Amino acid sequence: MEAAQAQWVKVHPLVVRVTHWINAFGILIMVASGWRIYNASPLFAFRIPNELTLGGWLAGALQWHFAAMWLIVINGIVYLTYGIVSGHFRRKLFPLTPGAVFRDMLRALRGQLAHEDLSVYNAAQRAAYLAIILCAIVLVLSGLAIWKPVQLQEITAIFGGYESTRVVHFLAMALLVLIVVVHVAMVILVPRTFPTMITGRARRTS
Amino acid sequence: MKKRTMETSLAGHSPGLVRSIERRLFLKQGLSLGALALLSGCDPTDDEGVQSLLKGMSRWNDRAQGWLFNPNKLAPEYPESAITKPFPFNAFYSEEEVTLVDGKDYKLELEGLIREKKPWTLPELYGLPQTSQITRHICVEGWSAIGKWSGVRFSDFLARVGADTSAKYIGFTCADDYYTSIDMATALHPQTLLTFRFADQVLPPKYGFPMKLRIPTKLGFKNPKHIMSMFVSNEFPGGYWEDQGYNWFSGS
Repeated sequence: MEAAQAQWVKVHPLVVRVTHWINAFGILIMVASGWRIYNASPLFAFRIPNELTLGGWLAGALQWHFAAMWLIVINGIVYLTYGIVSGHFRRKLFPLTPGAVFRDMLRALRGQLAHEDLSVYNAAQRAAYLAIILCAIVLVLSGLAIWKPVQLQEITAIFGGYESTRVVHFLAMALLVLIVVVHVAMVILVPRTFPTMITGRARRTS
Repeated sequence: MKKRTMETSLAGHSPGLVRSIERRLFLKQGLSLGALALLSGCDPTDDEGVQSLLKGMSRWNDRAQGWLFNPNKLAPEYPESAITKPFPFNAFYSEEEVTLVDGKDYKLELEGLIREKKPWTLPELYGLPQTSQITRHICVEGWSAIGKWSGVRFSDFLARVGADTSAKYIGFTCADDYYTSIDMATALHPQTLLTFRFADQVLPPKYGFPMKLRIPTKLGFKNPKHIMSMFVSNEFPGGYWEDQGYNWFSGS
């Protein structure tokens, strides 16, 4: 019995798992409804296919966007508070050096990254997860600045005014979606990471 | 229809149990949304339960924006050089269908919780103290444009006619069958103007002759054009777009 138990290691704390899945659901709604809102007045010379969007029309999309906004902001505050106060961020995301990120990205591309211990993130993972957090913060701030360019005009001014805030909001979304696509691709390549994000445990491979 | 069947079948049970079951159904519906949208390609927005959830959140957002609204916070103003030319036309119909109001016969009607309901002619309105602003008009679609509007400060006008400013809403009906309503706090904001001029010219029909209520603290569709009458009320008046799902407060 003891030997069998010893093979399992705790990888993800409960708070991280719960906020991760709430966030995944929230981001899906925000991105899909945001694309519909984008289509009402496209910033660039393309539209997002309506089949990929949520809301049916502009008013529906706005309702989704401003409902899910509360979900991701409250969830994000819980996650960030936990990550900072518990030391989770310090332990899991740092130290982080550009050299290590570059090295691990090359290894990932060559398929040479080992994942013996899922509780330790490699440098490429650390960089990606930090980038997602930063993207989310920029998205929330630029989103607030677009929503309230009078009441929160100080934030709008930081992004260079109303019109440039729209561009920032779009670019942060694009970067976030790109990281999520890579993230999901990595999960497909290393499928045993998936149940770990639900149960929190992983079997030691050594 | 589904809801009615459930209520009938649960009729014999305690209200607490019914509530808890309803709550569970509601949660379940909420959680399956994302999966539904992706897998079926059908939009969960059409679902009855989802509809009431989204409308409830929109009412909540009305309240949140009411709390966030600072009556002393001014919308940024811009120099003449920043004005967008040409200023875009926007309505729920095309520019060829713009309503033409005859200024000679025009009278602004006042209704509801207002002491002096005498209608106002245009020369009377033009005779009131006028002020100008160059502000950014932000459309609910996302685009924005800067324009110059001139007219009477709306709070001054409301004081002059003896409007009950402790009431909740002011509603507007327009010559083009448009209608909308705003909260009293926004109506009394110093930059909320009842405007008769655009870019130093008499407001042309396409921008809302004979008058447009310019509210730089709200989205464009909350700025009614071709106003024929206004009323002060404590009953929620809704609006043309608001009744179709756009957020009522829609503050900037």
